[in-house]
Amino acid sequence: MASQGQQHPIKVYFLVWFLLFVFSAGSYYVDIAGFEGMARWFLILVFMLLKAGFIVAVFMHMKWERPALILAILLPTLFLLVLMYLMAFEADYAYATRVLYFGADPNAVALPPVTH
Amino acid sequence: MAEATNQNPQGAIESTVVDWSSDQTVFKGVPWGKAMMWIFLLSDTFIFTCFLVSYMTIRMTTGAPWPEPSLVFGLTVFGMNVPLLLIAIMTFILITSSGTMALAVNMGYRGNKNGVFWLMLATALLGLSFVGMQAFEWSKLISEGIYAWENQMEAAPQFGSIFFMVTGFHGLHVSAGVAYLAIIAFRVRMGKYDKKGYDIVEITGLYWHFVDLVWVFIFAFFYLW
Repeated sequence: MASQGQQHPIKVYFLVWFLLFVFSAGSYYVDIAGFEGMARWFLILVFMLLKAGFIVAVFMHMKWERPALILAILLPTLFLLVLMYLMAFEADYAYATRVLYFGADPNAVALPPVTH
Repeated sequence: MAEATNQNPQGAIESTVVDWSSDQTVFKGVPWGKAMMWIFLLSDTFIFTCFLVSYMTIRMTTGAPWPEPSLVFGLTVFGMNVPLLLIAIMTFILITSSGTMALAVNMGYRGNKNGVFWLMLATALLGLSFVGMQAFEWSKLISEGIYAWENQMEAAPQFGSIFFMVTGFHGLHVSAGVAYLAIIAFRVRMGKYDKKGYDIVEITGLYWHFVDLVWVFIFAFFYLW
């Protein structure tokens, strides 16, 4: 059986292509307009995830694959969130230790252990 | 026909269970080369995520101030400092190349060999210009005294080390992709896939879209965050 592969109307690609431009312009605008704090992070993440989602779903044809393949690829990726969580958890601790020993100055020499 | 093989008459869960518990082939209707490319991309995702997570850890554990991206990556045009200009151009170039690649895949399944060749070549050239701009970006940063081990901005020295490593690793992927695209484009032109079918164009496309995908994350976390 010769595989017909993923054949879809060309219109879909142009639409996604256009959307990617819009989302990129959007995330660039977040910087130009000078959004700060939560609004900035939220918008950056939203535009990032939208772009990533459309690339994977349409350009990489994930949307039209069988669930067996989608699951095999996306489920392991989700586990990376655990890594992220663990490292963020540890990072707090490392930062606290740095502040404790180095104080505010990162180039400061560590204090000797306290002896009583 | 293609649609039919990818449709699942059962529900998503049932279809997954049936596929995974069946003999010989799990990924029904997927050429093995494509399944292997997906698995390679999954492993590459893990590598890039490790890099990005270590970047996150560095940002969270470093007491020294992190350089302001819009100032570091600004470009002076006609005496005016435009923040992130080069990066914006690079981003749009990579998206454009992703678009031409998607069209090349489409042309492949339509049997338009010439279309595939020229679109893949255009994709490769756009990728090459991306690498060129990255080389320009790097030399500009280095000339401004930002190195992988220290910088003259009184900012965290970790900035250079993680920035050059992650963008360098991505640049390496783009460079490899350019070579890969060029090779496949010429092989398509030579008629190597006339009998086998044009799955290879889609497989190459998967790799190229992945490179674009990684850039989406690098753009968000390194240049905007």
